[in-house]
Amino acid sequence: MQKMNDKNFVQKPKTLTELSVGIRSGRTKSVDLTNSYYERIAALNPTLNVYLSLTKERALASAAKIDALAAKGAELPALAGIPVGIKDVLVTKGAPSTAGSKILKGYHPPYDATSVAKLEAAGAVILGKLNCDEFAMGSSNENSAYGPVRNPVDIDRVPGGSSGGSAAAVAADLAVATLGTDTGGSIRQPASFCGVVGVLPTYGRVSRYGLIAFASSLDRVGPFAANVRDAATLLNVIAGHDTMDATSSQRPVTDFTADIEKPVKGLRVGIPSEYFGEGLDPEVKQQIEKGIDQLRAAGAEIKEVALPTTQYAVPAYYLVATAEASSNLARFDGVRFGHRAANADTLSAMYRRSRDEGFGAEVKRRIILGTYALSAGYYDAYYRKAQQVRRLLAEEFLTAFADVDVIVTPTSPIPPFKLGEKTDDPLAMYLADIYTVTASLAGICGVTVPCGTTSAGLPVGMQILASHFNEGTAFRAARAVEAAQE
Amino acid sequence: MSRRVGVEDVTRVAELANLELTAEETPRMQKDLNAILDYVDQLNELDTTGVEPLAQISELSELGEAVGTPTLRADEVRPSIDRAAVMNEAPESNGEFFKVPKVIER
Repeated sequence: MQKMNDKNFVQKPKTLTELSVGIRSGRTKSVDLTNSYYERIAALNPTLNVYLSLTKERALASAAKIDALAAKGAELPALAGIPVGIKDVLVTKGAPSTAGSKILKGYHPPYDATSVAKLEAAGAVILGKLNCDEFAMGSSNENSAYGPVRNPVDIDRVPGGSSGGSAAAVAADLAVATLGTDTGGSIRQPASFCGVVGVLPTYGRVSRYGLIAFASSLDRVGPFAANVRDAATLLNVIAGHDTMDATSSQRPVTDFTADIEKPVKGLRVGIPSEYFGEGLDPEVKQQIEKGIDQLRAAGAEIKEVALPTTQYAVPAYYLVATAEASSNLARFDGVRFGHRAANADTLSAMYRRSRDEGFGAEVKRRIILGTYALSAGYYDAYYRKAQQVRRLLAEEFLTAFADVDVIVTPTSPIPPFKLGEKTDDPLAMYLADIYTVTASLAGICGVTVPCGTTSAGLPVGMQILASHFNEGTAFRAARAVEAAQE
Repeated sequence: MSRRVGVEDVTRVAELANLELTAEETPRMQKDLNAILDYVDQLNELDTTGVEPLAQISELSELGEAVGTPTLRADEVRPSIDRAAVMNEAPESNGEFFKVPKVIER
């Protein structure tokens, strides 16, 4: 796609396969490729605000190493020489890792997140760190302490959140692929808003070591890419058990690209009516229905499934997520890392002032809500109740998956909205997560894939959910939808 | 909108959370908290009598197939992150300990 007007900066990156062939043959030098990405970033970042910091030295060293190996004709790893970007909630050794917060300004972590180390071990070139909502709390990227990311499709609109930088970087070709994190939709919704592929791996599939925690029973790390195959290739690299994360699963990792081109004939696709009712934008609905028709035409068997607890997912999610956040964010106290308030003469004044100066409004709001939900006298009414609803919701999905292989829904009820449109009403912002928080609570996996555009040219994303550890099936259905758009 | 959470409740919760809210932040937080709590009240429509709370999804997702060895790693001595690198990131440190303002108060 070429630049359509002064508000659109969309450019499709070359595929991993294309780039890999070039790098392996020596025709493409990773150092040149990396430098060309830095040139594009220098040109577009002032407008899009996608990168918070760059790791040039590290990137060019990795790229040079790959070029030297290629020159020798050595066998190269899966992502050799491929420039990627990392959401700033994943720590990188010696490089800024702010989580989009002022409280971590200037922090240089002494270690790498496992997912980052795995990408680099597979030959990827880490370009830099990507903007996001503060501590991954938000659905529009407007909660970043370093200013919002602009949607490359239309810079007056939000890229979604919280991994807005990760989605926008791929959409504008400021990285071939990126890593993001998803707690209630933070990979899927921005991928949908920016017209790229985003993956929510099963809970436990990818190590969270080195992820700055938001809500530990929900947080996941996953990839963004311009196409389904590239996204699956990245998941191949980052998936698997990690001794540094006891919640990472011991299950073996199979090649997620293996079944991608397998026809969807006979694939049982469930459609839950709860995701197509009130609140769904008619144009989004139309595009998703068109996508479902394309799956049907390709031979998939379309069936209705019932997920009646869906309407209670957003309240249950916000209670669980904020309760866990209030506990996780207690570590930011001005003692070991990050911001410390000046001139506090007692320890408790130092804690309170450091946190007040360091945290933004949405983070404080969630800490307060979570602390309230966990406080004496309210625990049963809020936190325990939410966890009970969580079980009902998860069991409902498991029942549905006895009858179908995947469940298809819109990723977001609305297309990308304008900056500032929802910032005054936190509840309205939370409701935008209605189709994504369900899979977060249930721990199941999913892929969001571009599925047409509205009449105004805004991207629509289709969410394809699969049961625990069945990412391969979700990729297969996503590829069929992608192929139908080509 | 209900007013079940008063200014004093917000102040109390903020204190529990070690947050110091400004005079402008407190009423805004009170308004938002009331709106959100009114909204989450709809969970009470759902009968959850006898439903066990689900805290960790692995309870459900790791059922079925054998999933291999226990997730706890062997208790072996290994190198950890370099102390100097950690201390270097602290706002105030003597290289061995974190330094904080005096503790006895209130």
